[in-house]
Amino acid sequence: MTTAAPVASPTVDSRTVERGSFATLAHGLRLTPELREGLVVTLLLALLATAGRVVVPLAVQQVIDRGLSGPEPDLGLVRLVVGLATVAVVITAFANYLTNVRLYRTTENGLASLRVRAFRRVHDLSVLHQAAERRGSLVSRVTSDVDTMSTFMQWGGLLVLVSTAQLVLATALMAWWSWQLTLVVYACFLPLVFAVKAMQQRLHGAYRVVRERVGEMLGAVGESVVGAQVIRAYAVQARTAERIDNAVESTRVAQTRAQRIAAVTFSAGEMTAALATGAVVVVGVLLGVDGSLTTGQLVGFLFLVTLFVQPVQIATEALNEAQNAVAGLRRVLGVLDTPSDVADPGTEGRSLPEGPVGVRFEHVSFAYPGGPDVLHDVTLDIAPRSRVAVVGETGSGKTTFAKLITRLMDPTRGQVLLSGVPLDRLGFDSLRSRVVMVPQDGFLFDTTVADNVRFGRRDATDADVEDAFAALGLADWLEQLPDGVLTEVGERGDSLSVGERQLVAIARAYLADPDLLVLDEATSAVDPATEVRLQRALDSLTRGRTTLAIAHRLSTAEAADEVLVVDAGVVVQRGSHAELVRQDGVYAALHASWVAQSR
Amino acid sequence: MPRPAPLAPPVPRGVIRRGLGVLWQAVKEEPRIFAVSAVGSALFALTTIAQAYVFGAITEQVIVPSLRDGEVVTASLAVSFLAIMLVAVLKVVGIIARRLGAGIMQYRLQASYRRRVTRRYLELPLSWHAEHPTGELLSNANSDVEATWYPIAPFPFAVGVIVMLVTTLGLLFVTDPVLALVGSVVFPAIAVLTVVYSRRMSPLMTRAQQLRGEVSGIAHESFDGALVVKTLGREADETERFRAAALELRDTLTAVGRVRGMFDPVMEALPVVGVLAVLLAGTSRVGSGDIDAGQLVRVAYLFTLMAFPVRAIGWVLNELPRSVVGWDRVQRVLQATGAQEQGAASLPADGGPTRLDVAAVCFSYGDTDVLREVSFDVAPGRTVALVGPTGAGKSTLASVLVRLLDPDSGTVAYDDLDVRELGPGALASVASLVPQSTFLFDDTVRGNITLGADIPDEDVWAALRIAQGDGFVAALPNALDTVVGERGTTLSGGQRQRLALARAVVRRPRLLVLDDATSSVDPSVEQRILAGLRDAGLPSTVVVVAYRRATIALADEVVFVEEGRVSARGSHEELLASSTGYQDLVHAYERAEAQRQADALEASQEVGA
Repeated sequence: MTTAAPVASPTVDSRTVERGSFATLAHGLRLTPELREGLVVTLLLALLATAGRVVVPLAVQQVIDRGLSGPEPDLGLVRLVVGLATVAVVITAFANYLTNVRLYRTTENGLASLRVRAFRRVHDLSVLHQAAERRGSLVSRVTSDVDTMSTFMQWGGLLVLVSTAQLVLATALMAWWSWQLTLVVYACFLPLVFAVKAMQQRLHGAYRVVRERVGEMLGAVGESVVGAQVIRAYAVQARTAERIDNAVESTRVAQTRAQRIAAVTFSAGEMTAALATGAVVVVGVLLGVDGSLTTGQLVGFLFLVTLFVQPVQIATEALNEAQNAVAGLRRVLGVLDTPSDVADPGTEGRSLPEGPVGVRFEHVSFAYPGGPDVLHDVTLDIAPRSRVAVVGETGSGKTTFAKLITRLMDPTRGQVLLSGVPLDRLGFDSLRSRVVMVPQDGFLFDTTVADNVRFGRRDATDADVEDAFAALGLADWLEQLPDGVLTEVGERGDSLSVGERQLVAIARAYLADPDLLVLDEATSAVDPATEVRLQRALDSLTRGRTTLAIAHRLSTAEAADEVLVVDAGVVVQRGSHAELVRQDGVYAALHASWVAQSR
Repeated sequence: MPRPAPLAPPVPRGVIRRGLGVLWQAVKEEPRIFAVSAVGSALFALTTIAQAYVFGAITEQVIVPSLRDGEVVTASLAVSFLAIMLVAVLKVVGIIARRLGAGIMQYRLQASYRRRVTRRYLELPLSWHAEHPTGELLSNANSDVEATWYPIAPFPFAVGVIVMLVTTLGLLFVTDPVLALVGSVVFPAIAVLTVVYSRRMSPLMTRAQQLRGEVSGIAHESFDGALVVKTLGREADETERFRAAALELRDTLTAVGRVRGMFDPVMEALPVVGVLAVLLAGTSRVGSGDIDAGQLVRVAYLFTLMAFPVRAIGWVLNELPRSVVGWDRVQRVLQATGAQEQGAASLPADGGPTRLDVAAVCFSYGDTDVLREVSFDVAPGRTVALVGPTGAGKSTLASVLVRLLDPDSGTVAYDDLDVRELGPGALASVASLVPQSTFLFDDTVRGNITLGADIPDEDVWAALRIAQGDGFVAALPNALDTVVGERGTTLSGGQRQRLALARAVVRRPRLLVLDDATSSVDPSVEQRILAGLRDAGLPSTVVVVAYRRATIALADEVVFVEEGRVSARGSHEELLASSTGYQDLVHAYERAEAQRQADALEASQEVGA
């Protein structure tokens, strides 16, 4: 029986340090060298493309001041100006094109790498972490969260940089003409900066709510798909629909709220611009009357205010995207930054010595985070080549045994040794190739039977797979499949019955040819005749290796060399089936109810 | 592991026309909010032009005279300030109406279509679900709906821009028709460019969307099978599989970037070229005395005004291919047929155990026959065990009994009434199935048992007692109010099964179908459950899929199923006598033990000898 992690398990997000938006972006860039590739050149190209925006005002000014200033229009000069301007437009358009292409290439490259690394990281997380996360939430970290970043990086981020340049340019020109008016403009815009910052906080919160609601909505939608059977069997369509509707509606409400904040933020920029323009007109005229400003400069100032407004507005606009992107990035980094608490010692790792594997537990205790001990101070030896069954009531801690031996989890106290090597110093390469566990839930991938079995040994041919089934006494089962080993098993193996999936999972482990085989309720859904046949086949096949079988069907215990009886986290009995059955104890009681049921 | 990619839908012809059709659909569904945001957008467009005129007027009538005369007219300054603010206020009203309207419209449509799609999920039969991967269905309800309505965000803006274009063109023609004609040449160019762009973009977008689905599908499957991946040390291989799809997506998105990267600068440059053409032509018009310099400047200025907003039309058009793809995928769900026909009949919910008749039921998945002419009947109140080897078709039969699946031929009848004649919900009020694999909702323990029905807590506890779940539920932090988490992941397999059993028992169904419903519980617990079921006095006819002797012992009769056929039927003793297959199955453990003892004896004799 699988004892799943309690709710209190730390989630991926709770592990990471809360960073500010800029720190998050910087951290993301640091972790993704691909994103930095050629960034300087791209930015220079982008600035060149921005310069194209002054071509028209310059051309207009030149045509008016010089082409049309004389009594007769100077057509030659105008042609020259227009010709030069056209060349400039073509050059900036080309720079723009190059910027876009480079930006797309590097960002997509970087994001793909981020995606792949986050994916790998999810697999490297311990089972405890994996169990604590919603499946959909893990998937979104390698899909939609990455997508939100690409929108920002290919559009918003660049715009912010270019706008900043524009802002600096505009300020320099304004200060050159009149420091008083520059102060006026800044006095108008400074409150906006603070307002925008405050709005940013609210937007931040609003988008976080949107993301949470979307997650909940996906969960609700997922139930309607995954729980299709139960929903129909109990005719609870209306109730399920209501739950979905609520989730969809609260998502919509959250989205609308975020949109409202964004709209107000955006219009604040517009009002400030008007205020600044009005102030420039009033103050400018007063200054102009005093003679400290010319008409041309004042009109020029009005145009510059527009140059000033645009970046602020774009910044608020790009802020929308930035909020999304940072939230997405934070979630992806959340995965990347989570230390794998059951880590592969990597190159430092030792290998298991050749030959059958012995197991030793030294004062091993295990507790789920925040929970009581599931196993308590267990010390025991399992000799190489022995076939051991672990039995006990539900919740006695027997599955924990399997998870500790295969290092899906590390003990809270004490240590587990395989052939004398402490598990946490054993390289995963060696561990996973020599120690294989068959979990209770025979999860299959959506492909053929053969491909699923090959999961255990990638170079196996279809014939090898058929031989494996034959060796396990399952040839006749294989025969009645429509396409033999090439039969498609469907999503999660749904086209097969639960028992059939377990048969495939056992064949998969058998082909992996481990020295230590751990079976966690691996035949719980198989019919007795098949189970007995399998058992017999496994008996002969596992001769010479160490086998540990967790079982609630005591048929497994009857066939084992030795039985470990676990009760309340402690090994209470140990011995052969024949011995234990004669003793007065937990085993005898378990066996009595088993016999009552199965005979 | 590679899954054959779904066939790419053919490149949609006339994607812009179809995309506009989707937009029109949006307008039809949300006419009022669309009107609000379109009017807001038009207001924004007109105030933008008005701003230009206000600045012009202020320059000519306030700034120039004041600075020339060295004298401030306070009144005219105040009027200028107020005019600027007034236009700005109107513009802001326009912006808010446009943005909020567009957002509300987009989110309403999203919500509405998500509801429609999930309604279909709930209506369509299980056989339809079996043909569609979970990942695909989730993305239909999520990203496809989102993609469909994505162009709604810039749509009202684009509508406002069209108002702006028409107004500006009108003003241009009033100023000077010849110049207006010269400048307007760029507009057809923009139109042609957009069409070319959409043609090239649409297949890429389709491909990208497909690859996104694939990437997400691999992640879903791989994370679902995380335990298998981990225990077999296949993390690197899985990462390779994911990388291949992620890189293909990257390449497609980069190709998208190349096309878009080309389109955007050209779109930006075209109006600029228009302005330059106006300047060139305008200079000779000024020379010939048709216009003055001031008018030329105004024409040029109006063109610059349009340069940015014109791109809003591009934003909408850019999103259309993706929108059409999303729309098609959503429509595939909405138009899917195959809902089970429902009758109108009903059966009394408390009429005591029902009679069950199964007559010549055949069922196949594709070419594989799973059930072949299965017939048996169960008298009211009797318990029948369906026994058979792994893969014999027992679970399929259980699904057919409660009409989760309709047989290809043959009938299932309760009290002589064909289940297909029962009205919606009528069957569930009579029959309950406890499936082999348990599904729990992200809800409280109580919610998972009552499923929203109005059932008093005493009854819930009573059902839990029968299912042997009262002990662990009482120990949960909030007992019945404990939320069990997504798909019940906070509970063990045995605990989940006991909740599922309580869910069925609490309804006191007239027909109870148990599909190996105690496979994850310990023998001793199972024994207590079976005893509880026997003694509970449920008003039920029971069909139980079973392997274990104790479960079979509950049954009045055994139906032995082999290879989709009923191969024997009778009491346990009769079957033991008549069916070797049944003997094999039921006596497997005893024979195994006998075999072991014989082996041991032989071994000891060998040692002795």
